[in-house]
Amino acid sequence: MARMNRDGPSKTDIDMTPMIDMTFQLITFFVFTLNFSTAVQDDRVQLPTSQLAKPAEGPSVDPITLQLMSDGRVIYAGEPVSLQEIGGYLENEKRVMIASSKEPNAATVIVRADGRSKTGDVQELIKACQEKGFEKFVLRAQYDESK
Amino acid sequence: MAATRESLADKIAIDMTPMIDVVFQLITFFMLTLKTVITEGDFDIRMPLGASAGIASEDQLPPVRVRMTAGPGGERTSLTMNGQPVADFEELRRRIVDLVGAGPGSNADKTEVELDCDPDLSYDNVIQAVTAVSGQVQPDGSVVELIKKIKFAPPKKK
Repeated sequence: MARMNRDGPSKTDIDMTPMIDMTFQLITFFVFTLNFSTAVQDDRVQLPTSQLAKPAEGPSVDPITLQLMSDGRVIYAGEPVSLQEIGGYLENEKRVMIASSKEPNAATVIVRADGRSKTGDVQELIKACQEKGFEKFVLRAQYDESK
Repeated sequence: MAATRESLADKIAIDMTPMIDVVFQLITFFMLTLKTVITEGDFDIRMPLGASAGIASEDQLPPVRVRMTAGPGGERTSLTMNGQPVADFEELRRRIVDLVGAGPGSNADKTEVELDCDPDLSYDNVIQAVTAVSGQVQPDGSVVELIKKIKFAPPKKK
């Protein structure tokens, strides 16, 4: 593929096809592993670890994910709000349920609380949900792979 | 650029540089937004309002009361089960297994655990307690289920 010239530098033809193939392979890989779900899995919340935290059999029915940070604020719609304000947003969630002809107690509230947060804050959050009529709760933890 | 009828066999030279540039931009974007997902699992807790006044079914055994107190930084200062001090969560699990038995024929279905924690206690301890009472990981990796019904005691006022 290299041309030999007697005087002057030789030119080389590079075949671009394999390079472009590889590049498209890489893109395809990244497209399939892209994850936009910070609404249900924000990085600001570090879940506590547990060896028994195996994923549930299937997705929950009508899940509502609440993320509690270590400082006691709740992430709602991507922004932290205080525990006092979360009642208003929970009222919205309740109205959405009722508008779909479902009772709030049919929803499952997924509590993603940071391992460093206070138990009292978690209990306050649960109580705020109970006041709006939510009854099913799950506490989420991340699987402990260390053992 | 258009070929006349006589020279349809002329090749059109496509400049690949902009296409490759855009492709590398895309790769860089996807590389920077890549996020590894850690497996997450759920623990069910029962929290209907007025649970403390709930009617227990006839064969419900009395609830196991696990109490944890907290120090100023949220660290766990004591762990008791039904009033008796427990050294760590492994011992808590052993006592639960002794109490209800493990595997078929165990009383785990009829037993409930009530978690009573100081409000300032680090939440990590709660999950460790729930893990200790919910199941036991066997040496071969399988999990023996213990108590499934877990609830919180009413919160204490600060």
